Amino acid sequence: MTYVRSTFRHPALPKNDLGYTVDYYEGSLSTLCAGCGHDSINAAIVEACWQMNIEPHKVAKLSGIGCSSKSPAYFLSNSHGFNSVHGRMPSVATGANLANRDLIYFGVSGDGDTASIGMGQFVHVVRRNLNMVYLVMNNGCYGLTKGQDSATADAGSKSKAGSVNLFEAIDLASLAIELGATFVGQSFSGDKDQLIPLMKAAMSHKGFAFLNVISPCVTFNNNAGSTKSYDYVREHVEITGTMDFVPMMREITANYEAGDVSDITMHDGSEIRLHKLQKDWDPTNRRSAMNAVQNAKDKSEILTGLLYIDESSQDLHELINTSDIALNSLPQSLLTPGSDALAKLNASLR
Amino acid sequence: MKPTNIQDPEYFHKVVDCQYACPAHTPVPEYIRLIAEGRYTEAYMINWDSNVFPGVLGRTCDRPCEPACRRGRIDEEPVAICRLKRVAADNRDDVIPYMPQGPFPPNGKKVALIGGGPASLTVARDLAPLGYEVHLFDEQKLGGGFMRSQIPAFRLPEHVLNDEVNYILRLGIHTQFEHYVESLKDVLEKDYDAVFVGTGAPRGRDLPDLPGRQEGDANIHIGINWLGSVAFEHTTNIGKRVIVLGGGNTAMDCCRTARRLGGEDVKVIVRSPFASMKASPWEKEDAQHEDIPIIDNHVPRSFVVATDEEWSVVSDQWLAGEPIPDEAKLRVDENPHSAIRNPQLRGMTFEKVEAVYDENGKRSLVPTGEPEVFFPADDVLIAVGQENSFPWIERTVGVDFDKWEMPVVDKTTFQSTNPRVFFGGDAAFGPENVITAVAHGHQAAVSIDLFCNGKNLLTERLHPMTNLISQKMGIHEWAYDSAVDEYDRLVVPQADKTVTLRDRKKEVELGFDPLAGYKEAERCLNCDVQTVFEAPKCIECDACVDICPTACITFTTDGDESDLRSRTKVPALNISQDIYVADGLKTGRVMVKDEDVCLHCGLCAERCPTAAWDMQKFWYNVTKAGEVKYNVVQITRNESAV
Repeated sequence: MTYVRSTFRHPALPKNDLGYTVDYYEGSLSTLCAGCGHDSINAAIVEACWQMNIEPHKVAKLSGIGCSSKSPAYFLSNSHGFNSVHGRMPSVATGANLANRDLIYFGVSGDGDTASIGMGQFVHVVRRNLNMVYLVMNNGCYGLTKGQDSATADAGSKSKAGSVNLFEAIDLASLAIELGATFVGQSFSGDKDQLIPLMKAAMSHKGFAFLNVISPCVTFNNNAGSTKSYDYVREHVEITGTMDFVPMMREITANYEAGDVSDITMHDGSEIRLHKLQKDWDPTNRRSAMNAVQNAKDKSEILTGLLYIDESSQDLHELINTSDIALNSLPQSLLTPGSDALAKLNASLR
Repeated sequence: MKPTNIQDPEYFHKVVDCQYACPAHTPVPEYIRLIAEGRYTEAYMINWDSNVFPGVLGRTCDRPCEPACRRGRIDEEPVAICRLKRVAADNRDDVIPYMPQGPFPPNGKKVALIGGGPASLTVARDLAPLGYEVHLFDEQKLGGGFMRSQIPAFRLPEHVLNDEVNYILRLGIHTQFEHYVESLKDVLEKDYDAVFVGTGAPRGRDLPDLPGRQEGDANIHIGINWLGSVAFEHTTNIGKRVIVLGGGNTAMDCCRTARRLGGEDVKVIVRSPFASMKASPWEKEDAQHEDIPIIDNHVPRSFVVATDEEWSVVSDQWLAGEPIPDEAKLRVDENPHSAIRNPQLRGMTFEKVEAVYDENGKRSLVPTGEPEVFFPADDVLIAVGQENSFPWIERTVGVDFDKWEMPVVDKTTFQSTNPRVFFGGDAAFGPENVITAVAHGHQAAVSIDLFCNGKNLLTERLHPMTNLISQKMGIHEWAYDSAVDEYDRLVVPQADKTVTLRDRKKEVELGFDPLAGYKEAERCLNCDVQTVFEAPKCIECDACVDICPTACITFTTDGDESDLRSRTKVPALNISQDIYVADGLKTGRVMVKDEDVCLHCGLCAERCPTAAWDMQKFWYNVTKAGEVKYNVVQITRNESAV
């Protein structure tokens, strides 16, 4: 048994602006199945954080239970992490975010953790517009318990054992748009060229950024007849448009033909440069985004890329007018003002 | 880009950097694995098959393999391949049972080998088991050639050399030692079917035009002749102050030998800058360790020779490393030296230079303009190169020579313009080293065998034997130790200087003990276990791309080679290393693997859900004459069967 990954790295690995090579963003060695889509998404997270020059200690990774929820162990070893109860990652994320608004909250969940046991928490965190990235590694099955159909398995999709799923799938992206998510993207684990810019934009977005990433279960749901297999997804992917994420203060170097390109400026001055491939689709218009997803579905296509973005939204902190300063940075006199202040407050409510 | 043809035996051969760099293409990783397993005899026999002198080479090889070693591109230092070979040699059991056993049924052919060095001995070993009657001529009383006369005993103990020479001589070689061949014509007139010339590059370069060279002759020696004279114990001492001229390995051997023969103040003085000296870095280190300063950028200008009377007047003005005082210079230069007045060598003068490089990188040594400096010496050893010399080959026997007085020899067949005469070793293309001589010997033996059987030397030459065998034993289990050990190269222990400097024959290096040998062997990356990719099986899940520690694998759209090299995960800028390109993927992309810093750790294959990647052991064996196999795998099988 040799399950050891050498710490030798390519001697010419480039450094980012912070002086780190990409291995500084890696995690411990994955114990997921060989060929699992989740590993590929983890690698994309590592690459995205490295490219964004994020200091790892400025990230909190959160998860629930499941194959997907194991994966925060496999990226960003130098970040904060919380592996919560099944389906309860949103409430932990909410609490952490309210206490310390200075971190990037990166939630990782699966289709079971989100669309079944965690559905109640999921819909509420969406409508509250919590400032976080919520990424679902969606493989349409319960991989950790040998591959039973999950709530996101498409009707008609065939399992490895040959049984056909009878029930309609929950379409998480549509649901998120419907519930008021302010950044919604969909992608495929096998397409890092799309996934990495999408992650970078999602991390820069202020508000709830939802990414539904189809991530084939190589062990239980990669068979012929499955709609979440590598082959099926590759054959049925339809993209909204290719995009570049241009961080704040960077010169735009990507070069597209005029007319096809639109720039979306984000709240911090970063830009998404979008090369649109879909007609009649406006990523800033919720109805247009909904239509695009529905139209693709009608054609048995999986629409990937950025689906919807609203850069004018107010996140939870703004909505409920919390402290501008993270609680751990507040002086004690403000954080615990004492019994006099409490008495005053109580008196004001009498 | 055109997909890589992995059927071409040379493709994977190039990936095994050490083996590819070795002139004899010894299967290095294979024997290193055997050393790690403690199977020293087998490791020795793999070496013996390939390079004939494992014990000698494990101590003295120029190690072209080590600068090539992939580990050196990832870690600070390469694997100590050379000294691992010595571990196999030091710890082997009796190997004679695994060697060909004579007497061999004669095939009626007779060959003469002129010179008893590594090239000739290799030819002898390859041809004797085929039934050739082999006659070996050498002017010395023992075989080994320059391995005996030029490599000092403190680097190569005599018994090591004797053992390995005798392994060959016991195959029934007819030796004619202390027999200097004076005429190739005479040899050709005898009934030899073929003649092999392995007479080396026996002539040391001199500096005949330097002033004082003749007058000081008694104390000025040609390095290689002097080393030979020490080896055969004609010379047993040297003056206290010695200057060695030259910057190659012979200079290093001269200075270290001088330290053992009574030299107390021994200096190496060399024209070129220290960094570009020809000597191997480790030999320079060893010399410096024995308190021998290496003074670079000094060009010799004259030998200072003076009688006792003359010298007594001026000697206090001639100081080591100092400019020559003007009046002192005059006094000595004006005095004619006469043999009657018994002038003595007093030292040498040097001009300081600096290396200047033109836009093409060509170096010239330009005088700095400083005054000449003086260094005292009782003896001077000249080790400024050696050259070929064939006074015994008549220019009428059909062996053509070029304008540099070198024989015209075919680079593949080693045949000269006289079809019966073959050359190898330093005699063929000028001074190289032992391992190159062995490689020549193998090829010359193949040619001689083809020639004696009336076959075409080029078209009927057999290709090297290659093989690829999967190492998969389980999901995370391979038939080789795939994990990469990350500690630094081990240092070979040396005997104490106070002991070694007293005894010329006391070996300086002690060699790795078996535990250190195991540890160093574990640093080997097993580059012969190849990453073999089958595109039709690949589902493009990226698992291999993500797991590869050294970012070797990229899936991307096709392009020409330079384009692909620029688009790999880390640009593949080391163009001496190939990129492995495979097409036939469902998305129409190509798989590009930069071989440069692949650790051969097998994680790509462990992570591959469809076994599109496999780790397969590549075996490459240079064809030897008559396809005689000293197959070690065979030995193991027989033993385990017992």
